[in-house]
Amino acid sequence: MPSSNALALALTVLVGALPAWAEAPQRVVSINLCTDQLAMMLAAPGQLISVSHLAFDPLSSSMVEEAAAYLANRGGAEQVFLMHPDLVLAGSYTSRATLDLLRGLGVRVVQVPIVDSIAGVTEGIRLVGAAMGREAVAERLALAFEADVAALSRPERSATAAMYYPNGYTSGAGTLSNEVLERAGFRNIGAEAGLTGGGTLPLERLVMAAPEMIVTSTPYPGASRSEEILQHPALSALTQVAGGARVNDADWVCGTPHVLRAIQQMAQARQELGE
Amino acid sequence: MRRGIWPLLIALVAVLFMASLLIGPAGLGLGQSLRALIQGQGEAVVLVMREIRLPRALLGLGVGAALGLSGAAMQGFLRNPLAEPGLIGVSSTAALGAVLSLQTGLAATFALALPLAALAGAALSVLLIMLMAGPRGGALALILAGIAISALAGAATSLVLNLSPNPFAAMEIVFWMMGSLADRSMTHVWLAFPFIAIGSALLLSTGRGLDALTLGEDVAQSMGLNLVRLRWMIVLGTAFVIGASVAVAGAVGFVGLVVPHLLRPVVGARPSRLLPASALGGAAMVLAADIAVRVVAPDQDLKLGVLTALVGAPFFLHLIWRMRRVEA
Repeated sequence: MPSSNALALALTVLVGALPAWAEAPQRVVSINLCTDQLAMMLAAPGQLISVSHLAFDPLSSSMVEEAAAYLANRGGAEQVFLMHPDLVLAGSYTSRATLDLLRGLGVRVVQVPIVDSIAGVTEGIRLVGAAMGREAVAERLALAFEADVAALSRPERSATAAMYYPNGYTSGAGTLSNEVLERAGFRNIGAEAGLTGGGTLPLERLVMAAPEMIVTSTPYPGASRSEEILQHPALSALTQVAGGARVNDADWVCGTPHVLRAIQQMAQARQELGE
Repeated sequence: MRRGIWPLLIALVAVLFMASLLIGPAGLGLGQSLRALIQGQGEAVVLVMREIRLPRALLGLGVGAALGLSGAAMQGFLRNPLAEPGLIGVSSTAALGAVLSLQTGLAATFALALPLAALAGAALSVLLIMLMAGPRGGALALILAGIAISALAGAATSLVLNLSPNPFAAMEIVFWMMGSLADRSMTHVWLAFPFIAIGSALLLSTGRGLDALTLGEDVAQSMGLNLVRLRWMIVLGTAFVIGASVAVAGAVGFVGLVVPHLLRPVVGARPSRLLPASALGGAAMVLAADIAVRVVAPDQDLKLGVLTALVGAPFFLHLIWRMRRVEA
């Protein structure tokens, strides 16, 4: 598979610039919500020291209970360095200044790219597994996930659906959310509107597209104008006709085996919509 | 010419109002839109016209009128061409009031809490400004006091939003400083319009008092003008219109500055004529800015204040340049 070759190459470049590690890292610190969850699934007992504070937030993280066993970090170089890590797991958009500082201090840093497809989930699992010296566990997890995905059934006819988030944000083609919708038997309005990646879909275009299902997120505590759009009368009128699903972002944001739960929830919603 | 300005202004506002109703990302046909708006035919189109575009156009009208009117009233009362709710911090304290009521949960307890909190913020700063600038409204004291109040209120707003448990709140600092009419609903119209109506009535009724004031305070008082009463009407009127506008649309700057200046040569320097003209002119400016926002960047939620500042800030510099020449 060319993409896994590319990942292996990227990993070699990332790791190869630094001295070789003869054995698996013993003190791993993760500073990104998505690597947090992969690391928690893959770590040997005692190997993982700390995960980011987001891992403790039930609206963002699918593994709040597991996170309780670890220290929380806020991803700052000072705090992370004082944990004496021998491996730091970060995302591709983690602040460059932080990572450069950590690398300069001699800490090995591995950045895991954002997962934008279901196939990418297994790549991410294998990448983190290799970085942590847990290849065998990673391989088992990846194969189990692939088998679970393959076992999912698809309905005959696909219904239209739109993701609608605060500020009118939606997911278009080439996103993990798009593939989750497709696997669950939906056609994504965002992708059909010509969006690639994430972007905003004006409310009136959503109304005119009249999707059969509208997927919205669970609001955060505290007030925000961004979330007010989810209570807009036009959207309420739309959801009276269409099906509405309020999902927990946590299962959608990261490329972990938890996206299975997202697919299952949407497949359930698809069934309730009928043929 | 001077007589002909009224139909012209009204026609301009009417055309811009219709344009605001008819322009949008959904790209609906003209006849289709109007049928949906008036007769309620075509389900999705009716939703778009009545629940999305109508409130947006109405708010453009109301907020613009509020800004233009309060700018003209403040310039008339302080006899200072630089007085404007956005520049002297009235809008930013109104925003602070609104943000506080939203983040403390007060706004969720009863519907009017949001505009009332913004109104209180606005009233506080107008009072403070009048106190600092003194009855004669020296330009320097006015602007310096305004900058200080603006900076303080802006910082406090940012602080409150940054401390919010909601991750989206911090991203909304720009909205409260720049203003936007995107995705507002009829709820916001009902929330803002009563206050804007009361405030506008108060401000419009100050026209004759402000006319007298152009002759100087002593002459005006000898003509029987009650200066204390006039001051309170300006304070309350401004607080009502700006509080309500900012609560639903954020702080849109420069409208209250530019509009009275543009219209003064046309309608004459008499405040009683300038006040209603500025209300119409403000409505036209905000409606035009809101249309431009949708045409320039339909999917980006470009802020209203960006466009009004692009027009207003150079104008402001030009005014300062002219004042410098006069003072020198």
